[in-house]
This record gives sequence, C-alpha cells and structure tokens, in this order.
Amino acid sequence: MPSKPPKIDMTPMVDLFFLLLIFFILTATFRAQEAVMVDTPSSISNTVTPERHIMTIIVSKDNMVFFNVDNGIDTSEHLRGKILQAVGQQYQIKFTPEEIKKFEGLNSFALPMDKMKAWIDEKDSKTRDAMHVGIPLDSTDNQLMMWVRMSRLYNSELQVAIKGDQAADYTTIKKVIDVLQDNNVNKFNLTTNLESVDVNIDNL
Amino acid sequence: MAEIIQEEGHGKKKGKARAKKHGTHIDMTPMVDLACLLLTFFMLTTAFSKPKVMEIVLPEKTKDIKDAPQLDKDRALNIILIEGDKVLWYNGLADPTKPPLPVLTETDFSSEGIRKVLLHRNKDLFLQIEEMNKGVTEGTLNIPRDSVASRRKKMMTADKQGPVVLIKAADKVKYKNIVDIIDEMAICNVARYALVDINSVEKKMVADYLASQASGATSSK
Repeated sequence: MPSKPPKIDMTPMVDLFFLLLIFFILTATFRAQEAVMVDTPSSISNTVTPERHIMTIIVSKDNMVFFNVDNGIDTSEHLRGKILQAVGQQYQIKFTPEEIKKFEGLNSFALPMDKMKAWIDEKDSKTRDAMHVGIPLDSTDNQLMMWVRMSRLYNSELQVAIKGDQAADYTTIKKVIDVLQDNNVNKFNLTTNLESVDVNIDNL
Repeated sequence: MAEIIQEEGHGKKKGKARAKKHGTHIDMTPMVDLACLLLTFFMLTTAFSKPKVMEIVLPEKTKDIKDAPQLDKDRALNIILIEGDKVLWYNGLADPTKPPLPVLTETDFSSEGIRKVLLHRNKDLFLQIEEMNKGVTEGTLNIPRDSVASRRKKMMTADKQGPVVLIKAADKVKYKNIVDIIDEMAICNVARYALVDINSVEKKMVADYLASQASGATSSK
C-alpha cells in the first residue's frame, strides 16, 4: 500500500488562534510611546492610575521636566489645543490651526515656549524626540507653572500624576511639587511599580 | 496545512462517491498565517499591568508661621534622608536654645532598618490594623471589603499614641528614597507624617554626624 503523507487536522489550533486573537484585540489598550524612558520606583500601593483627566509631569533621570495633559473624555472639546493657545498667548506666541491640531495628537514634551513651534512643525519623530530640553521652572521663568495653571483652568477635573525616575534628584521633584502647591494642588499621585514587602512583627 | 476538506459520506454508493472525489478545498493557510501574525502582535503590545500610583496629600502651604500646627515633642520622630540610601533619625525636636541636641542614629531602608524603628513606635496602631486585616481575610470579621480602607482611616485619626513622623531630605537625595520612605509609612500604618524642609540646625547636625563618622573611620584604621 502506498503510504500517504499524514494529514494533521489543524482546525482546533486555528480555532484557538482566533479565540486568543479576539481576546487580545478586545483587551488591548494602546498607550502612546512616551518621549522618555522612566524607571519608576516601587511601592506597595495598589491603586490604578486614572485613565482620563490626568496631567502627567515626568521627571527623567537627568532631571528634565516633561509635561503632558490628556484631552479628557470628550475629544471634541479640544482641551489640549485650548491649553496650548492659552499658554502661547502668555508668551505672545500664536499657533496656526494646523499646529494646534497636530499638538493635540502629540504626547509629552519638555520644551520652553519659544521652541514649541519648531517642535510641533518637525516632521521626523526621532528629531522631535531629540529636541527636549526640559520645561523651565526657575523663579525667573516658571513655564511649568503656566502650563499647570492653564490646564487646570480648562479642565477642573484634572488629577496630577508625578512620574519620576528613581535616579531623579529630589530637589527637582520638590520644585515640581512647589509649583503644584502654588497652584493649590495638594493631592498627588506618584506613579510607582508594585512590589510586595515582608513585615516582621514577631520581635516587636 | 489548514484546509477544509468536505467529507464525503462513507459506506454509501461507491460509484457516486467516486464522481465527487475531489471536494471543495479551501486553502486556509494565508488566513491562518495572518491570524497568527496578528495574535503575536497583540500579545506583545498588550500591557496587562497598568501603572500603579501612590497617593500623597500634602498640607497646604501656610504663609503665616502662627497657622502652622503645633507638634507634640514626645511624639515627634524625625527622619533625615541623606546621600547614599542612608537614613538618620532622632526623637523629639532639635532646639539649639535647649542643648544638648538629640543624637542621630543611622539606619537604612531594609526591613530591619527604619521599618523596625517605625513599627516599634507605632506598635499599637499597627497591630490594631493588622488584626482587622487578618479578620477580614479569614472571614472572622464581618466587614464589607470596601469599607476596610475607611475603617483603617478612622483608626488612624483616632490614634493618639503613634509617632508624628517628619521626613526631611538633605542635599543630593534621590527621588527613589523619598518614595521608599513614604511607602514605609504606608507599610507601618503610620497615621501622621509630613514631608518637611530640612532646617539649618539639622543640616549642621548631619554635617557633624558625617564628620564624626569620617574621623571615626580613619582613627580605627
């Protein structure tokens, strides 16, 4: 009898593939790539980051301060665009409608206002990521203050998340906290990784 | 590969079956390939663990020094973080007009370090909360799970014995240490703590301590 090549029935495997595929498609949440890699410290806190109405201040390990604010639930309000315009007005910078539209789709940034236009207009994302220098927050030129103030003006539900790198200096974080407290923000969310700890109560 | 082979009825008239020998073959290979590709993509891009946050509430900035809350000297526990993941602590208040100044004790962030100090001072409240947690997990205590946090808060406000921890950071302290120490407060169920700026007296105490450490190290060699 001529031996036939064995036929393997792949149907169950394909079924499983599709099941998994559907599961992953439905559960997938896309998070936009942040402009900088941040290695957050660990804590035992199990609270999950709020998804909307959040203003993120990132402090990278070389102490650059990044700022990001989301569009809120209703994207038709164009909150990011409004905030950009409002801050621009303070520094006598006018943005074209195209620039505002593009800014709404962009992510966190760390630039003084005078470089903002160039950053938005830049087409290559790699060049754009290399442009970050940190938002000024000295007492002479406190632009972070302006961003926080305007963001809170347009979105009163905003919560603040501070995402600092483990190796960032506390002095920088302290400055950021001071700016926020000057804006009457006294409740912060510090982004951390989850860790577990053991507590030894026997020898108390 | 994967394909649908239309099965023919067995054992029926052989002649008829032979005529329909080749059923419709749909080649599903490209579809399976695509499904496989997409599956891999989604598996790799899905982030299951969402980032966690630690909430802290800081006291409002008071312009007037008279508005600042008064601190009970006996309950005060000062923690000064210094460079190199080290922790210094002392009890009471450092008042230069009333010498001698309190003695600094050095410790670290390990479970036998500052946690031991905090647990020792905060023993009553810690055990109280621990007992409640245990009761809830074992089912002996009948409290709905969502009210555990508010109960814990109530216990903390009612607490009159535990320490009032003042966290201070010297220069060049990394952010990690601050998060660690605040986390330590959560672990030890410390009811009252605050992030405070380091004052000049304490700066001097730290400098003196480090100098004595350095001279002690050289003399012992």
